[in-house]
Amino acid sequence: MVEILKITLLIILIGCAIAVNLTPSLLQAVVIFMSYSSVMCILWILMESPDLAITEAAVGAGVSGILFLVTLKKIRREDSAEPGETEDDV
Amino acid sequence: MKKTFRRWIDGDIDLMENITRTAHEHDMDRDEIKKRKKQVSEIIRQREDSQSIILAEEKGFRIFYNIAAIISCVMLITVLLYCVANLPRFGQENVKATVVTQRYIEKGLEETGAVNIVSGMILDYRAFDTLGESHVLFTALVCVMVLLRKDWKNMNSKFEDYSSIRSDRYFQTEKDVILQTIGIVMVPCIFVFGTYVLLNGQNSPGGGFSGGAILGAAMIIFTAAFGFRKVDRFFTLKLSSYVTFVALSFYSFAKGYVFITGANGLDNHIPKGIPGAILSGGLILPLDIAVGLVVACTMYGFYSLFRRGSIGGG
Repeated sequence: MVEILKITLLIILIGCAIAVNLTPSLLQAVVIFMSYSSVMCILWILMESPDLAITEAAVGAGVSGILFLVTLKKIRREDSAEPGETEDDV
Repeated sequence: MKKTFRRWIDGDIDLMENITRTAHEHDMDRDEIKKRKKQVSEIIRQREDSQSIILAEEKGFRIFYNIAAIISCVMLITVLLYCVANLPRFGQENVKATVVTQRYIEKGLEETGAVNIVSGMILDYRAFDTLGESHVLFTALVCVMVLLRKDWKNMNSKFEDYSSIRSDRYFQTEKDVILQTIGIVMVPCIFVFGTYVLLNGQNSPGGGFSGGAILGAAMIIFTAAFGFRKVDRFFTLKLSSYVTFVALSFYSFAKGYVFITGANGLDNHIPKGIPGAILSGGLILPLDIAVGLVVACTMYGFYSLFRRGSIGGG
């Protein structure tokens, strides 16, 4: 049973890794990247290293994703709006 | 193919040429900036057209590029898979144990006083590694500060004129009911969990890096829900730099003392304690706390600098 779970998770992992490269939208890419980290977190637990799982969940799925999103927001502002004109994407 | 490459080497094909020339002129009105932007985008479009013509002429270069990329990818994958195949199987007992592994597993508890062997390794046997890692984090924070921090020197330049209240630097989601309710319930729990992971590094999985990351994430959630003003009351730039400095210098001095006195069979007078108790493991607990504080400050500092260009009060 655990073997099947492991194989499924590994397949999802590879799928996520390929999908990050192929998605045209950056926002979707960030979300897929965060889900990659979540799957990796479960795999760390199955491989009996819970300390790595905790770190992966906090850093991979949490903080780095948030930093990507904040950066994305800043980039979109500069792209779409002239400075100080329209603020509709805040 | 040769032609394109040689032209690129010679610097004939250079997209950035015209952009850099215009971008340096900071002091312009908005209309002029708009005009310039239009000009630049037209220039870029023309360049791209001409380049696509060149590329269509030199199809051979593209094919060569694709084939080379595929070959290097396949080679990298082969090497990595070969390495993985040579690793011992997961959970196998008869690992080809080197002297180092055997000593860590057999004498780790006795020598470091930590039940969690991993903590004993990274904070006792290989504490010098961890010292370097926490300094890397500190350096990263300093670099982000150098690049993104906004102070009186670069606040008033016309390119950065985002001073309207709804700009991202000042805009706060003041009353988001869902976020704030969940924040009230979750943030204390996450703080307690982070502290637990931090303080139990020598007994259970976790330790400095994971505990610090959880604390930093909790502070980020709190900021997202309640705004920067609430966090600025207790967490300022001054506090952050003091905490980081004290933690890093404590780590350096404490571990330096152990390296000098503890080596070559000398006694370093730091009690090991009873394995399993919170106050055990000699220096591992204080070092864990130092690393955790540095990591938490770095995480929150990244977020705050990315969002608004300053850590509170600086």
